[in-house]
Amino acid sequence: MNQQALIQARDLHKYYTIKSGLFQPNQSLQALSGASFDLYAGQTLAVVGESGCGKSTLARLLTLIEQPTAGQLSLDGIDLATANKKRVAKQLRQTIQMVFQDPFGSLNPRQKVGDILQEPLIINTDLNANQRRDRVLELMQRVGLLDEHIHRYPHMFSGGQRQRIAIARALILKPKIVVLDEPVSALDVSIQAQVLNLLIELQQELGLAYVFISHDLSVVRHIADQVLVMYLGKPVEQGLSEAVFNNPQHPYTQALLSATPQANTDRKRKRIRLTGELPSPLNPPSGCSFHPRCQNATAQCKTSTPVMEQHGDVSVACLLVK
Amino acid sequence: MALLEITNLTVEFATAHGSLRAVDQVSLSLDVGDIVAIVGESGSGKSVAMLALMGLLPWTATITADQMSFDGKDLLTMNAKQRRAIIGKDISMIFQEPMTSLNPCFNVEYQISEVLAQHFGGSRRSHKNRVIKLLEKVGIPAPETRLKAYPHQLSGGMSQRVMIAMMIACEPKLLIADEPTTALDVTIQAQILELLVELQQANGMALVLITHDMAVVAETADRVVVQYAGQQVEQRAVIELFNNPRHPYTEALLSALPEYAKEKTLNAIPGVVPGQLDRPAGCLFNPRCEHAQDLCRQKPPQRSEGILCHYPLPLKGATTDHVEASL
Repeated sequence: MNQQALIQARDLHKYYTIKSGLFQPNQSLQALSGASFDLYAGQTLAVVGESGCGKSTLARLLTLIEQPTAGQLSLDGIDLATANKKRVAKQLRQTIQMVFQDPFGSLNPRQKVGDILQEPLIINTDLNANQRRDRVLELMQRVGLLDEHIHRYPHMFSGGQRQRIAIARALILKPKIVVLDEPVSALDVSIQAQVLNLLIELQQELGLAYVFISHDLSVVRHIADQVLVMYLGKPVEQGLSEAVFNNPQHPYTQALLSATPQANTDRKRKRIRLTGELPSPLNPPSGCSFHPRCQNATAQCKTSTPVMEQHGDVSVACLLVK
Repeated sequence: MALLEITNLTVEFATAHGSLRAVDQVSLSLDVGDIVAIVGESGSGKSVAMLALMGLLPWTATITADQMSFDGKDLLTMNAKQRRAIIGKDISMIFQEPMTSLNPCFNVEYQISEVLAQHFGGSRRSHKNRVIKLLEKVGIPAPETRLKAYPHQLSGGMSQRVMIAMMIACEPKLLIADEPTTALDVTIQAQILELLVELQQANGMALVLITHDMAVVAETADRVVVQYAGQQVEQRAVIELFNNPRHPYTEALLSALPEYAKEKTLNAIPGVVPGQLDRPAGCLFNPRCEHAQDLCRQKPPQRSEGILCHYPLPLKGATTDHVEASL
């Protein structure tokens, strides 16, 4: 593909410092270590993993809410490290937008839909009131809201409609990249299908690139082109969706897939049982961070840390995958 | 005799806009050892029906039923004290959010031993060993060290395990789990579901699993009740239901799942569940149903073979063979 990548991430790291007390040294929490990927227009990258695996940290870095501690990130061809921060950030915020998980919490209950939708335009553009209104109405129609909804408050809408409002708000500045943080996990199945269909249509129509953060693997399998599986802040497997789902290499991906319930009544499927829970990221296990829960772990896994390596169609960070 | 027998349970709430029928003529019969799943979208009355059984609804609710009996005792005529002796002991319930159902001010030991002291008498301290055994049973490592832990020190999965320990403390005959895994990660969800089924088999409990996740139903339940807008639209054995859904709503719900999608566009169900003020005439599902005909818009359907529909989908001939093969 000779087209330029909209997002180029190379070895992104984010550490947070945790103050432990007056006389104790500060601890460092590795929320994200070493994520790399390219995302092109019209493509969807899904980031999957359990809570605490760094999915949302990645979203915060991509949306410029936080600065990466190390690594290189360029959005739409602009390298963030070298660019003039303030000017570029303003420009890039129009390029990358976000839809949040909870449509009940992410809309201001005291603003009408029209005001919610035109606020980004007031801040970022010079359009006058009439032009803003036209743009708002155009987008409301596009996401399946009626014109009369413009004067209503968020509480008058159902969850699915609110998520449509949130999607419209994200799209109003004509972004190229949309970060979707669990956009359908708060919705019922029938509504989830409506919102997913809308997202797919919009992507095809506008050529959007999606970063789709989710823990629901059946949704990811449906929507994603590329998948990035993370565990405790580290990417463990990455590749094209087909390859990762049909032939998962990393034991964590295998366990995650086998733990996901499937809507068929064949109970003979053998489960890989993951015992225990996610360790604390403040005190990650030595070596491969997955080894305490891994069924294939060997002595070597406790001491040496695996790195991402290309194996066939996917990259895997596991010492045992040859 | 069935362990739990509910016939035509109706729950109505008095609201500012008149009365709201949250549960409409729901019937359920359960035996020891059954796992029944109640599925439906939010607003389908699945939790309210079970809360009515537990007697946990506020005073604005009016509960009517032809029959509601548990273990031969009539729950409708029972007074509050008699009911209290059963609720929490023979029937217990696990709620969706483990983090908010535990009391943040008390430690794990206090909260579990309180249940035991309430139903078996004695002081809370005298039940300490029993509490340790219970924590062990629900898979909490090193239970002795966890006794003094407060809910905020536990992860979501651990809190749900503590809730389960509390609920099985009195060895209930019926356990109602209201979306027990919705707030948890998939790997933890698998652990908790496995634990519930294990306990159900070991103790010979009946288990009612309330959920909106069809995949969870497929993997755990024996029998499924599908609810829509307060009504039971289909009640079948799980394998039959998944292989051959007969109510159009069940069919639509299944085909909306991403894993059943054959192309990029999912088969979404248009519209939303009707609210209090926009209930359609006739069958409640008719505005969203792709098979709806004139009769559906005029007359509410009658139940036949457990299906509430004027035009149920045909029974597939091959289904019976398949059921035998998979059993």
